[in-house]
Amino acid sequence: MKYELQYKQYSENAILIQWPQEINENILQDVLSYKKNIVTFYGELIVEVIHSYNSLLIVYVSTIENIYTAFLELKSLYDITGEFVSEETRVWKIPVCYSSTLAPDLEVFASKKKLTKKEVIHLHTTPVYTIYFIGFLPGFLYLGGLDDVLSTPRKKTPSLHVKKGAVAIGGNQTGIYPMDSPGGWHVIGMCPLNFFDPNNRDCCFASSGDKIQFTVIEEEEYNAISSLVEKGMYAPECVIL
Amino acid sequence: MTGSVTVVRSGFFTTIQDEGRFGFSKYGVPSSGAMDKKSYGYANLIVGNKTNAACIEWTLQPPVLQFSKPTLIALSGAKIDAFLNDKKVDMYKQIQVNANDVLKLSACRKNMYGYISIKQGFLSPVVLDSSSFLKSITRKQRIETGDTISYNEIEYYNNQFATISIPAIERNTKELEVYKGIEFDLLSPAQKSILLNSEFTISNTINRMAIQLEENISNTIPPIFTSAVLPGTVQLTPLGTMIVLMRDCQTTGGYPRILQLTEDSINQIAQKRMKEKCSFKLVKFI
Repeated sequence: MKYELQYKQYSENAILIQWPQEINENILQDVLSYKKNIVTFYGELIVEVIHSYNSLLIVYVSTIENIYTAFLELKSLYDITGEFVSEETRVWKIPVCYSSTLAPDLEVFASKKKLTKKEVIHLHTTPVYTIYFIGFLPGFLYLGGLDDVLSTPRKKTPSLHVKKGAVAIGGNQTGIYPMDSPGGWHVIGMCPLNFFDPNNRDCCFASSGDKIQFTVIEEEEYNAISSLVEKGMYAPECVIL
Repeated sequence: MTGSVTVVRSGFFTTIQDEGRFGFSKYGVPSSGAMDKKSYGYANLIVGNKTNAACIEWTLQPPVLQFSKPTLIALSGAKIDAFLNDKKVDMYKQIQVNANDVLKLSACRKNMYGYISIKQGFLSPVVLDSSSFLKSITRKQRIETGDTISYNEIEYYNNQFATISIPAIERNTKELEVYKGIEFDLLSPAQKSILLNSEFTISNTINRMAIQLEENISNTIPPIFTSAVLPGTVQLTPLGTMIVLMRDCQTTGGYPRILQLTEDSINQIAQKRMKEKCSFKLVKFI
């Protein structure tokens, strides 16, 4: 499906392309295919292409001399962007320990939602989430697919120290903190995996368009995986659909 | 031979910076790089470096450095009096350094960021194609007293007395040229008029990620979906605070983008101190 796109100059050397203001996977696939075409076509002429739910920001190496030519070129690239045919989808199994000792907010969260802890865990581990993009922090996955029942406004006062690995819910989103950070989301679990490694050019094992599913682990397994991750001996489990 | 700079005193907040880190936004990695890229660029130009050579960037209070081997350095950015072994040396000129020389810079009275370039650049670890310090990317976040930084010894020069007579920094204006931000047209005529006809004050919330302004503008723009941002993007928060994103900013943000500073304006605002005033002048893309 083709969309009505808007092209706007963003800065001396950047152009923003916008899709309709909604979040869905068809748009994501369209954004990703178009991005791929742009990166292939321009190669070294661009320094960065930043994508999000429904936009692409193209940052060129040099100042844009003629914006109309640049728009035309981009539009023709969109015209030849084929319908996205997904060859295979990677689904990452993400182990999460929902034990109250590791997840400070789980009990309060469950009682606020008038759910048992078990129900929260069930609702959180059932969906297959889609990775829309990575932002906010290096390695922070923007995931789509949270069950509406779990949707909860962010904390009024953010916590100053959310731990690396914290699995949290904020608004209608869920995510995993890839490093210690302040944050306003409710922490309901802990994940032992490493989502960002600056010493590897592929800084994160997962990428936009991949899927993830949370699986329940007990504290013992959490500790075991943590020490394997620390030694660099743990490869996240992946299923190809 | 490799020489090393010993940091005798680190200064207030001193880092290594180059042009920045590009191509890793897909992992949410900020671009970083020198806050005032114009001054940074001059520092490298004067010693004949490649454009991406790693420099020392200091903030407000400069460091004291001792060099173990001969080399060539240059100083740019925030205005200071500089002394090599207590002998006055000039900014924006090649400075020949001998083994064991000590570089002292006087207190900085104006501006924020100063640069020290060295022939062939500082040999600081390169992570994801850049030496620019950043939390969670590079091992170090700031240069500390007692640290040593390596460089290539330069024993013979062909004396090229490169100098820049009118440094860009002297041209620090109150008025900053800006483009319309992506969400600019969602502002009401009254809001636009306040934005473009008022003076704003640099608040005390300033760092390499962002500069917050003191004055507020009422925000009636509905929230936007998280979307890409760049250094120089001016965001308007739900409470009406204006945040000018700087070099270490995140790759995406959820606040309306009301203005975009020109590259020149980014360098200018970087050098403004707390309580300094600025205003925005709308310019069109060429």
